[in-house]
Amino acid sequence: MKVLWLQSGGCGGCTQSMLCSEPRSLFDELGDAGIEFLWHPALSVESGEEALAILEDCAEGRLAFDALCIEGAMLRGPNGTGKFHLMAGSGRPLTEWVARLARHAKWVFAIGSCTAYGGFSANTPGNPLEACGLQFDEQTPGGLLGAGFQSSAALPVINIAGCPTHPGWVVDTLEKAALEGLSPEDLDEFGRPLLYAGGLVHHGCARNEFYEFKASAMKQSDLGCLMENLGCKGTQAHADCNLRSWNGSGSCLRGGFACIACTEPGFESPGHAFQETPKLAGIPIGLPTDMPKAWFVALAALSKSATPKRVRNNAVEDHPVVMPAVRKKGGGK
Amino acid sequence: MTRIVVGPFNRVEGDLEVSLDVEAGLIQSARVNSPLFRGFEQIMIGRAPLDALAIVPRICGICSVAQSAAAASALAEAMGIVPTVNGKISRNLICATENLADHLTHFYLFFMPDFARPAYADRPWHGAVAKRFTAVTGDAAAEVLPARAGFLRLMGFLAGRWPHTLAIQPGGSTRAITAGERIRLLALLREFRGFVEKRLFGDSLAAVAQLASKDQLLAWADGRVGDLPAFLHAASDLGLDKLGRAYDAFLSYGAYDLFPAGTWQAGQAAAFDPVAIDEDTTSAWLAAGQARHPAQGETIVDANKPDAYTWCKAPRYAGQPYEVGALARQVIAGHPLALDLVQRDGASVMARVVARLLELALVLPAMEGWVNALQPGEPFCAHGDMPDDATGTGLVEAARGSLGHWLGIRRGRIERYQIIAPTTWNFSPRDASNQPGPLEQALVGLPAGDAAPPTVQHVVRSFDPCMVCTVH
Repeated sequence: MKVLWLQSGGCGGCTQSMLCSEPRSLFDELGDAGIEFLWHPALSVESGEEALAILEDCAEGRLAFDALCIEGAMLRGPNGTGKFHLMAGSGRPLTEWVARLARHAKWVFAIGSCTAYGGFSANTPGNPLEACGLQFDEQTPGGLLGAGFQSSAALPVINIAGCPTHPGWVVDTLEKAALEGLSPEDLDEFGRPLLYAGGLVHHGCARNEFYEFKASAMKQSDLGCLMENLGCKGTQAHADCNLRSWNGSGSCLRGGFACIACTEPGFESPGHAFQETPKLAGIPIGLPTDMPKAWFVALAALSKSATPKRVRNNAVEDHPVVMPAVRKKGGGK
Repeated sequence: MTRIVVGPFNRVEGDLEVSLDVEAGLIQSARVNSPLFRGFEQIMIGRAPLDALAIVPRICGICSVAQSAAAASALAEAMGIVPTVNGKISRNLICATENLADHLTHFYLFFMPDFARPAYADRPWHGAVAKRFTAVTGDAAAEVLPARAGFLRLMGFLAGRWPHTLAIQPGGSTRAITAGERIRLLALLREFRGFVEKRLFGDSLAAVAQLASKDQLLAWADGRVGDLPAFLHAASDLGLDKLGRAYDAFLSYGAYDLFPAGTWQAGQAAAFDPVAIDEDTTSAWLAAGQARHPAQGETIVDANKPDAYTWCKAPRYAGQPYEVGALARQVIAGHPLALDLVQRDGASVMARVVARLLELALVLPAMEGWVNALQPGEPFCAHGDMPDDATGTGLVEAARGSLGHWLGIRRGRIERYQIIAPTTWNFSPRDASNQPGPLEQALVGLPAGDAAPPTVQHVVRSFDPCMVCTVH
């Protein structure tokens, strides 16, 4: 599978993250699956005219490629000119390059939430950048390529959303496409591959015991559950961050800070401060999506009343102050 | 005179275009264009102040935690708090991990592949260098990517993930390290030290850190098996120890309490004065006006401004263009090797690359000391209240140089947020006095055109530019 990669209104962090692919070198991992970069702005040797020649040949259908990977929002401004990003050396808007190239791609992958939905680039008040995703404008279908766009594999844009993307999300999706193909059943309503977005960030969260007992962190660095006070959206965000760890052993929750739902369209403007949970009458507004509110409130009250001292005390410290009890074998009950 | 437009200038972070006016095969003048605009300073306005911690890392996927650290420092000043001892050590470890990983990424993935170009096929070193450093397929990539990923496992412990973490807070870190995890951190540092000593240097970190002059450096490299020695061999052959000089005026905000803040120009070291910074918009597609200190700065788009040629502002220190980066840090810190390289031949491609790799030799042992100094059980984060009206400044060193954030808060919301990124200094355009930026100056006199060697490629990449930060 030949991959052509372009970057626009984004930070390049999805490529930097992808290079952290483990345990093997990214290039060996992909190469053995028959995946190669025809051109990648951060990795390929070709520069200037050599690079433009490759892109022009691809855009004119003279040079075959399979996958078009775009990293970064599409900047259509000012006034629809695309001048906020003219591709260096070409004098043409990057949006025009993407539209030309997408016509020849078997698959089009949006790498990261900026590319999928617009992300932070689309978040300047009034969106003067006229930024959008490839096939979404936040939650609304459309974007640069339009709601009806299909690549030659008869698929919409595949949205590997995340800010940044986990290296495994990109590598596994590319390998699935290269080795088995992709079908509409592999994607959710926002075009995200179910292989990583089929569950919630909450699944596998190391703070689960605190969540169960509603033993909540009160301030940054506390060990308790971050949902009630500190803005965590792990129970609503689609991704496998706590099952597929980051950088060896990490995740946002393991790092001690809230999930801000970076795989969801519109995550960048939640309508409240990122690190605070909005509440109504003391009850968090953003409850788990598939749980009736009354049940949640009743269960929360019950579990709070049953919270063990260990869990309650440790929740508001940055290191455990009460250890789990050790029961000796045969020692009476 | 002919004008050559070089772009997309890849293997840099982000998009870059360079226009060269060439006569008789030599560059007469250069204009550096950052062709992408991003608008992050406007995104911040009206937000809750602590939201900056979630937003600014997204400016850059390669200087992500440097942006976090600058914002956290500015917010801490606004709140009137200082990080705890553990919090400060954690922040230094997180920033150093990113900076050293960036130095490695730059050397192996961005910079060295140019030496494998067919243009050098007649050089005696070309065969071995092409085998090791060819982009994507060279032997080195297969080794360096796992080494880099293994090193960045430090971030899994310290910051949850990289890039884009919220672990760095004004009062320190959200992630308290346990006694057991300290052992893991030390093991990861040893593993990375092993790669750097075996492959990059072919010698111990201590031996590299002690090199005190260009003569010592070249004698040390002679006949040694290692990637830095291979670079020095090729760079000496191509004269890259004498190419790429800008103004030899250097600036550093100081890093990790290990390298001091300061300036250095024409052999004179001086204290750094944050008031002496201003930003000029003459050549940028931004509203014109007097150059302003960033605490009063504005970013207003004027996309059709005549004679503008970039989205990058022109920061100046006491009215002069300054170069930032590892070489600046090490010259200002008074490292004898960096000083000798600059005093002999000026800032060159070789000096910039050597300074970057020298930092691996200097900072890795310091990181081991910081991990040993962590006190599990003691607090990692201090807490405080956010005032409704306040200002704050955050000055840090990213891998590629000095990064500053200037924050104003009014009625509980961010009223002003200005950022000067390292490449904004290095790749700045002409200012109101028509002074070219450091890269524009460094390119003058170099060969360019159809028959020219890839010298321009080396000089541009020797600055390790980050364009996405530049055009925040």
